[in-house]
Amino acid sequence: MKAFRCDLHIHTCLSPCAELDMYPRAIVRKVREEKLDIIGICDHNSSENVASVQRAASGHPLTVLPGMEVSSREEVHTLALFDNISRLQYFQKVIYDHLPGENDEDVFGCQAIVNDRDEVEGFNQRLLIGATVLSLQEIIDHIHRLGGLAIASHIDRESFSVIGQLGFIDPTFAFDALEVTPRLGLTRARETFPELSDYPFITSSDAHFLRDVGKTYTDMWMEEGSFQELCMALRGEAGRHIIIGA
Amino acid sequence: MYLEDIVKALNLKVVSGEERLAAEVLGGYVGDLLSDVMANSKEGDLWITRQIHQNIVAVASLKDHAGIILIQGCKPAADTLDKARKESVPIMVTDMPGFEVIGKVYNMIANKKGPDPST
Repeated sequence: MKAFRCDLHIHTCLSPCAELDMYPRAIVRKVREEKLDIIGICDHNSSENVASVQRAASGHPLTVLPGMEVSSREEVHTLALFDNISRLQYFQKVIYDHLPGENDEDVFGCQAIVNDRDEVEGFNQRLLIGATVLSLQEIIDHIHRLGGLAIASHIDRESFSVIGQLGFIDPTFAFDALEVTPRLGLTRARETFPELSDYPFITSSDAHFLRDVGKTYTDMWMEEGSFQELCMALRGEAGRHIIIGA
Repeated sequence: MYLEDIVKALNLKVVSGEERLAAEVLGGYVGDLLSDVMANSKEGDLWITRQIHQNIVAVASLKDHAGIILIQGCKPAADTLDKARKESVPIMVTDMPGFEVIGKVYNMIANKKGPDPST
């Protein structure tokens, strides 16, 4: 087994608040420079650029996990990561069925759908910056029904985090991990949230700009760069684990 | 100022905690971010919000609020209502927009207290 460098929360140019330079080949180039082994592509309430990033990464020793950052009706952000893209597409349908509103590019920014040659193929018209009408509990349930991982986004941030919006993390929320920002980091996260010691912690870049990719990462001790190994590492199974203080 | 006076004056619909309407309202707090409400609201506050998640019951219990008003036609989620009934936390609902509810509650509390005697 060895250490895998993971950044499970990276946006692309599909997210209205991300820069247009976050297109597949640029992301893959930067990820390679930063020596990341596993990345998660998680745009707001959508996943239409995931396949392009996966194709752009093919031939490189890099695992691109299909994901999404969903907003619940309480405006809590949660990362959903799946084993394969067809699971994510089911999830995508559920989210689109519960996501009201239309994007205004001038106000929120454009939502570019790109191919693996970085060509713009269209623009998503939905209000991706908005919130779904699903409760946080319903979102976690949908993710788990599809075999995915539900990770609470940036819990140390005041805005759009489960603690900011809902005050605290109720133990009934079956999060598979809690994400903290690079500002806090894993070691201080443990000190800051002793009451959450039953949950695994990770840290990711939440990169909306190329320069932020690889700004932080979580090292996982595991056999290979796969979704199953990641699940085992989060649960601390069979010798797999999150490396803290690396 | 008692909770039942405010319920009557604003024609609020009480959906839980009916047995606690005689509670005294000492002040008010407005917010949908529960972290903020936990940090800054006070005991005896009447909390006005549009957040319907069940954690509002825990926050209101923790902070000893007089009750919660859900504005703009918001209804408590089913588990929120169960929890509020179990814990006797008064939840009131109204179709009025928040701005109007807050203004009316503020006026009732301010008038009741009268002018500050120290000035």
